[in-house]
Formats: sequence, structure tokens, C-alpha cells
Amino acid sequence: MMAFLKLLARNRLAAFGGILLLALVLLALITPLLPLLEPNATNPANRLQPPLSDGHWLGTDQLGRDILSRLLWGLRVSLAVGIAASLVAALIGSTIGLVAGYFGGRTDNTLMRGIDMLMAFPYILLALAIVAVLGPGLMNALYAIAIVNIPFFARNIRGATVSIAHREFVDAARLSGKGDLRILVSEILPNVLPVIVITLSTTVGWMILETAGLSFLGLGAQPPQADLGSMLGEGRRMIINAPHVATLPGLAIFLLVMSINLLGDGVRDALDPRLKSGALSRPAPMTRLRRRQHVKVDDVVRVPGQASALLEVDDLHTDFEVGRETYRAVNGVSFSLKPNECLGLVGESGSGKSVTALSLLGLVASPPGVISGGHVHFQGRDLLDLGIRELRRVRGNQVAYVFQDPLSTLHPLIKVGDQLIEALRTHQPLSRQAAHQRAVELLGQVRIPNPERRASQYPHELSGGMRQRVGIAMALANDPQLIIADEPTTALDVTVQAQILTLLKRLREAQGTSVLFITHDFGVVSQVCDRVAVMYAGRIVEVGPTQELLANPRHPYTRRLIDCVPRLGDPDHEPAAIPGLPPAANALPSGCAFADRCDLVEPRCREGEIALIASDGERQVRCIKPLANRTTTGAAHA
Amino acid sequence: MHLYVLRRLLMTVPVLLGLTVIVFLIMSLIPGDPALAILGSYATPENLARLRADLGLDLSLPQQYWVWLTNILQGDFGRSYHLNRPVLDEVLERFGATLILAGTSLALCVVIGAAAGIVSAVRQYGWADRIITLLVLIGISVPAFWLGMLMILLFAVELRWLPVSGMYSIYGGGDLPDLLRHLVLPAIALAVVAAGVIARLTRSNMLEVLRQDYIRTARAKGLDENRVILGHAFKVALVNLIPVIGVQAGFVIGGAVYIETVFQWPGIGRMLVNAISTRDILLVQGGVLVVAASYVLFNLCADLLQYWLDPRIKA
Repeated sequence: MMAFLKLLARNRLAAFGGILLLALVLLALITPLLPLLEPNATNPANRLQPPLSDGHWLGTDQLGRDILSRLLWGLRVSLAVGIAASLVAALIGSTIGLVAGYFGGRTDNTLMRGIDMLMAFPYILLALAIVAVLGPGLMNALYAIAIVNIPFFARNIRGATVSIAHREFVDAARLSGKGDLRILVSEILPNVLPVIVITLSTTVGWMILETAGLSFLGLGAQPPQADLGSMLGEGRRMIINAPHVATLPGLAIFLLVMSINLLGDGVRDALDPRLKSGALSRPAPMTRLRRRQHVKVDDVVRVPGQASALLEVDDLHTDFEVGRETYRAVNGVSFSLKPNECLGLVGESGSGKSVTALSLLGLVASPPGVISGGHVHFQGRDLLDLGIRELRRVRGNQVAYVFQDPLSTLHPLIKVGDQLIEALRTHQPLSRQAAHQRAVELLGQVRIPNPERRASQYPHELSGGMRQRVGIAMALANDPQLIIADEPTTALDVTVQAQILTLLKRLREAQGTSVLFITHDFGVVSQVCDRVAVMYAGRIVEVGPTQELLANPRHPYTRRLIDCVPRLGDPDHEPAAIPGLPPAANALPSGCAFADRCDLVEPRCREGEIALIASDGERQVRCIKPLANRTTTGAAHA
Repeated sequence: MHLYVLRRLLMTVPVLLGLTVIVFLIMSLIPGDPALAILGSYATPENLARLRADLGLDLSLPQQYWVWLTNILQGDFGRSYHLNRPVLDEVLERFGATLILAGTSLALCVVIGAAAGIVSAVRQYGWADRIITLLVLIGISVPAFWLGMLMILLFAVELRWLPVSGMYSIYGGGDLPDLLRHLVLPAIALAVVAAGVIARLTRSNMLEVLRQDYIRTARAKGLDENRVILGHAFKVALVNLIPVIGVQAGFVIGGAVYIETVFQWPGIGRMLVNAISTRDILLVQGGVLVVAASYVLFNLCADLLQYWLDPRIKA
């Protein structure tokens, strides 16, 4: 309860609403004690006095009655009627919801059909029909408004009840011999109470507004009794000569309802954080770039005599800023990629491989992502320095992505052919027909049978493998020089995986595209990649040609990772999990990030930054005592 | 594939029947003896009994309902004894005026609400978002009848830009421009609340959709931001919003009761309020039935539109 109030108080708007509402309620409560004029005392000689006139701060109405006094007395009535109507609706509606949700079956069906029928009427219309039968009057208006609000409670509370009616604690209570009524009251009601409160807080404002509305129409409070609505309705006739008579009660209704709505939003946010409007933040078109100083680590990336690179990533840093914490997802990554080369980026989940891939074209969700340092050289330009317009010309054109789960990455409501056409026409001046033809060709190229028909289908009508083929076709649309494939086979089953890998390999050979292949699977790496970079805690810890690296890992982490993979036909090999967990990305240790999990750790491993150093051949490793070849048993050190 | 459409159409029938049952039951709850009310307290018992038989009051409640329903289905809603004309004629005439007002209003609140919601989501936490959030809060808290009066005071009385009330000018009016001039203020006043609700839901929906993977895909393709927001994100948000628009239509029609009273618009809302104060029960009954039935049909259209826009429902 205290936590709830604290949450509420932190929300400034809700606090403002709460204070305003409290003031209005207090004012209504102490009205009888205030030295006010009699609200119904008429004085025709003194009629329609403007505000701030003698003895009448807010003037007088058409019968010479004091408006201030009537306003406060009217506020009392409006508040009382609104709250009473809400409580009646909450009581009846919640009971219906509880019973329907708890008993289910035919009870549920009958009750909810009735509720649906009530909801089939336009809200106010039903209230009007009820007042028509009962006759005008404040109590009748109260009943009418309460009845038309019952469905909101019944539906919400039924939903909440259904979700807990078969939980263990309810079953336990039932087995212990408690009756249905006791279970409903002692087990279920406390759990659905927040839903009742939320529904109440969102409907009270409405109910006050609507009862005022009925009074305004002359169907609620009858003279001489007055609530804010009927004052407004009576004042309407003088609106041109004496606007204050009608506008002041309207202002009072407005302030009252607004304060309730403000508080209600706050209550909803505090009780149901999922719905909190600020909890969702939308990613900007490109990741924010805010370069800052990072500790310099002298990584050796280029091997002498290497051909010129297509892509060169230099000391890339990407952080996630959540609250006051900074999570360093990518912490100084450097690598290069030659034309027509396939580089595998391997690591556990959370190692920063996907974030690295998304950072290259500024696709990391931002907020909370921030690229905080480094350079991405592609064809002589630093992609990180491009504005969004220039970056857009590179995206999907020279550099294209294939994403992990094609069901969530293809637009669900656009035909796959149209998604391809869109990709084509964004970067090429094609007519719609030409683009359509090219799209069908592309689908054929990725071995989709019957491409013409498939093009007019939606993603949900295709199988997982087919969808990923569409994803690949979309990446190929503009003949990119570089494809970034972010775990393209992870969401697929094994046989489909093999087909997709074969397809990627073939396309690469045919088109000469470079591929940055992100995966956690060494089996996949050995099939498609020329070189591999292993990532750990946001850094590359080892790079080398695939076969050499797999046969003789130099970094202890790489070796442990390879040893995790079971080997077919080698029953003596015991796959061993790596003990411990990677370090938290918001509290990286100094020195080697793997030190805590490494058997070969020694004190100097934890001192200062450890650079990526040239090892044998074209290999680099971030370790001060790299492993030797696997020829000897045990761990022999260089 | 069209099974859904068929099922949805069939589902409408019991709902419409249910409406008639509820209206019939509410009206049969009216206390007092109609025969006595018609003949007055000096009527002889024989005459009362004969009139009761003529009115069908000696039948059981289900029998009465059946007679009443068959009459209604043949377009016989009875006669308004206050206006001395058939209820259906009066209701349809008035309903036309309400449709013009409510239809314009609904179109306004969808366009304004959706646009405000999109801007608010795209500029989340920016000044535009703050201003829109504040306006939305005011919009959903303001009594529409009060807002209407303030608008009359400002735009019709002070500035004299637009007519104070009515649907047509009394002298020399009657054409479309005249109607439009009379329509501006009430249509806006009526749209404000629903526009606020729609803006709010559009914002939260857009925020949800903009975080989806397929939006990242759209950006990775190099699409420009307008296309990402409108062509990709809003497309999904709109499908989610259609049922909301259906519900809001109910609030707009309901709100028309107030706005028609404030602006003296000759619509069905004002007719109902008058009929209630003159206790013209048959007129109330006919009006409520026609409006409720058209609301059910409107929601049917909303569902069919959603079905048409979202291919996933067909699966």
C-alpha cells in the first residue's frame, strides 16, 4: 500500500489531480459549515448580477440566487450522485463478473450474453430509455447511469476472475472444503480488487459527467434541487446575456472530472505497470551517436599484406542506457571483412554479436541504445557519421540484413511480393510492373516453388523456411555488396536450416557478396564461414580462419565453447558446460572478462586492458598466454 | 474463407432480437394502466376491458412481445399521439439530421485523433507529445454540452463567424453551404471527446507497433520514415483501432443528444429528450430502437472492415 502511494505521488500529474480532487471533495464536505447565502433564496430584484458584485462573489442567477453558494451545494450533489452511481455499478457489475468468471459454463454464457446486449446500445441512449420509463429525477438518473456502466465492470472483473479461477490456491481452498461463496470472498475477491479499483478510477469521471449530462437535459435533478448539470442547463437560456450563470458550473464539472481522470491515470499506472504509458518507448529511425572517450586498447586487427577490406569496423562501442545504468553491450569491437568473404561472428547470447551487427547501420533500438564510439568504414565512408538520409541510401542497398525470426520480421499485413517490390523501388527507379517481375524472379532465385502465386500471399500463409527465403530474397533485392545475416537459421528446424545454409552459400558464390554471419552455432560456422571472430562480453577474443580456429583454438574461452558442442562418433568426448556466468554488462571487470571462469587464470590476467595480439598465421587472440595446438594432451601453454 | 463473414452476419440477428426484447421489457415496466390513461378515470369497466383487448393488454407478456415485434418488422412503430403522426416517419426524418451531424463528427474525430496519436507517438516525450497529451486530457474531461456553449459564445456571439444554432437559416438558407456553416460548431463540439479517446489509443498502439521487429526490417530496407510510420506502423495500428472506432461511434451518437440540445439541431437526440418530457413513450421506443439497431449495424461494418484489412483473421 505504501509502495502504491509512493508510485502515485511520484507521478506529478496524478499528484496534481489528487490534490485538486481532495480540495474539491473537502470543499463539498465543509459546504454546510461555510458562511454562505441560502442557495435557494430567490431575490428577483437582484437577478443576473455579474461576478464580483456586492455580496455575491460569483454573481447571481436568473432568480437572484447566489451562484457561489449554489455552485458548492451543487458540487456536493454531483459528487454524491456520481460516486453513488459508481459504487452501485461496481457492486453489481463486479458481482456479475465474479460469478460468471468463477462458475463458468452456462452461468457465464447466460450472464455475459445479457451484458453483451446492454453493450449493444449506444451508452447514453440506454440511460435515456431507462429515464423515460422511470421518469425524470435525480435518483432515476443515478440508477440509469449505474445500469449502463455495469457492463464495464462485469467484463473486466470476469476476465480477471477467469484467469485465476483455476490457480492452485483456489483449488487448494476448494479441496479444503470451503464453499463457493467463501472462496469467492476470501480467495478471489482480494486478487481481482486491483482490477475493480482500476475500472472504478477510469469510470467515475465518466459517470459524474453523464449524470451531469442528464441533469443538463432536464432529466436529472429537478428544481429546486440543483446539481452542477442542472445549473448549467438552466443557465443555458441566459448564455448570451449572462454567460457566467452557465459557464461557471461547467467549469466546476470540468475541473472535477479532470482531477478524477488525472488521478485515475495515475492509479492505473501504479497498479498495472504494464499499461504505463511511458513504459513503452519507440525506437528512433537511427541509433543515437554520442562518441565519448574510451580506454585505448591496441588491438591488432590487420594482418600485414592483407587485401583491402570492404568493411572495416574500428573500436565500436554500443551502450544501453537504462535509468542510471550503462550496459556496455559492444565494448570496443574491431574487425575487417574482405570482398566476397564470409566472416562468422560467434558468441553466447548476450555477448554483443547481434548488437554489433545492428550498430553498423544504426539499427539498434534507441532509446535505450547509444553508439558511444568507433568507426565503421564501408567503401571509404564512415557509416556512423552519415545523416539519416545518406544512411537510408546504404540500408537495403549496398548493405542488407537478413534477420532471425522471419515471422516477426516480415510485415504481417503486406503481401510478400509487395514487401519485395517496396525494397526494390526504394533504391531502383523501377515501374511497378517491372518491380513485380523482378520480385517474382527473386523468389525463384531463393528456390521458392510457384513464386508468382507466393508473391500474392501474406507471411502467415508461408512456412518458416519459406518466410526466411523471402527474407533472403528481400536482402538480395538490390544486389548488395554486404549481407549481414543475424542468426538467420536459429528459428528454423534442422533440415530447413541446412537448406537455407546451402542457399546462402550458393548465392554468395554466384554473386560475390560478402557476408557477416552472426550465430551461436559452431556447426553452422564451419559450413559457411571463411573466418570466425569469437565474441565474449562485448569484445572479440579471437579471430582466425575457420578450420584453424576450430581445430586449435588459442583463447581458453573459444576452446571451452567448442568443447560444449557434442561430437558425433566420439563417445569419449564429454561436452562440458562452462562454469559460472559472463560478467554483467553494467559492471565489467578490469582485465580479461573471462578471468573468473578460466582455469588458467593468473593475477596479471586481471591487470589493465588486454589487447588483441597477433598469433600465428592470420590469427589474433586476446589472451596473455594463448593455448598451443591440440597435439599434446592437457593444456600446454605457449 | 467467407465463413467468417457469414458467421458475423448471422450473429447480428440474435443481437438485434435481443435489442427488441430489452426495449420491450423496459417499456412494459412503465407503471400504470395505458387504457386508464387513454380513457380517463371516468371510463366504465366495460370500455376499459374492451380497450385492453384492443391494445392486446389481456395477452401474456410473450404474446404481447410477439404481436409488437411483428408490427415493428412491418414498419408499424405506432403513432405519436403528441405529434399526431406515425412514429417511424418522425424518427427517420430526425435520424437523417443526426446522421449528418454524427457522421461528420465521427470522421473528424477519427482523422484528428489518429493524426494526433501518430504525432504524439513519433515525437514521444517531445513538446508536441506533451501538448497533445494535455489536449487529450482536456478533451476527455470536458463536458461536451459546456464546450458547445463556450464555442457558441466565442465563434457565434463574439466573433460572429458562424450561426448560433439550428441546421439551416430560416430565411434564404437551405443549400449545402448553409448546412455546412451550421454544421461546423456542433460537429467539432461532438468530436472532441471521441477524438481524445482515439488519440490516446492510437498513441499507445503506435508505440507498441513501432517496437516490433518488422518496423526494424522496414528501416533496414532503407524506407523513408514517413513510409515506415504511415505505411508500415499505422497500417497495423489502424486494424487494432477499428473496433475502438466502432465503440466510439456509440459515444458520438450518445453525445449527439447533448449537442443537439445545445445547438438546437433537429436530430433524434433532441426528439428523444422532448419525447421523454412529454411522456411520448412510443416515440422514445421507436427512436431508441432505430438508433440502437443502426449502431449494431455500424459495428458489423467495422468488424467486416477489420476482416477485410487484416488477412490474418481469414486464416
